[in-house]
Amino acid sequence: MTMRSNHDMGGLAAGRLTPREHEYEPWEKRVDALMMLLSSKQRQLLTVDELRRNIEALGADAYDRMTYYERWMHAIGQTLIQRGVINIDELGRRMEEVRAAGGPDAAVNQ
Amino acid sequence: MSEPHDHRHGRDDEDSVSYYRTMEIAVRSLLIEKGIFSAQDVRRTVEAMDGRNYSRGARVVAHAWQDGAYRARLLANGTAAVEELGMQVGPLKLVVVENTPAVHNVVVCTLCSCYPRMLLGLPPDWYKSREYRSRVVREPRAVLADFGTALPADVTIRVHDSTADMRYMVLPMRPPASAGESAAQLERRISRDALVGTAVIDR
Repeated sequence: MTMRSNHDMGGLAAGRLTPREHEYEPWEKRVDALMMLLSSKQRQLLTVDELRRNIEALGADAYDRMTYYERWMHAIGQTLIQRGVINIDELGRRMEEVRAAGGPDAAVNQ
Repeated sequence: MSEPHDHRHGRDDEDSVSYYRTMEIAVRSLLIEKGIFSAQDVRRTVEAMDGRNYSRGARVVAHAWQDGAYRARLLANGTAAVEELGMQVGPLKLVVVENTPAVHNVVVCTLCSCYPRMLLGLPPDWYKSREYRSRVVREPRAVLADFGTALPADVTIRVHDSTADMRYMVLPMRPPASAGESAAQLERRISRDALVGTAVIDR
């Protein structure tokens, strides 16, 4: 028998559904835009399968704790590192710079 | 390269959303520096996203309601029929499933959140929820009841599980009261949830 992995939830019991809508945060839309741009025909730096593989590689705890676009951002970062488009050190350094400049709330995003 | 699977990050005072928002800014700026895309590309992509909503799907459905030959083409090849109306589907197979008095269709993506976003825009929260993904394939009637949607007991409910490469949209039944209406009038009757199958159009 194969192990069911955490994302594979079809048919399992779960609670009552509250049909909640969601106002997308600006940063979430930008994460979505990153995915669309990177996966576009002219760039081909990310496939939906890579995105999913990196999301599915999250531990069950992390998967459930993280929000939808946190999982996406994690997977986009992982894919870009795996493909060598960016490296983990420059990403770490750049994140430190963003923090030093006051963090995401202080950033002028567009 | 080891994959950082521990998501309690370097800083104790940084919560998960701050961490990933910081990562988004960092990744975006690195990719802009490397010339992979421009800041304007990101802005335009977000604006295009904001401009896409289920009115596109409603346009397809209203057209199919008015034109039987188009309806047949839509059911035979959703991708081609939607592109006929000047909308791009992308490198996906779009399958349109038709509700009838005997069969009601519902769309889900149990494994993630695949959604016909080229026709409906970004998916609502509930579509991505554990409750919907887990339960709709096993007890669709109970899930529809959570939406306030009740179907006669003799209607078969067919649930379609989307994939990264194949997306579904429901072609709802045209309400009888809509006879003779214009495309614009028909489109106003159509709800997003009717195109996912969690609602019906009863008037």
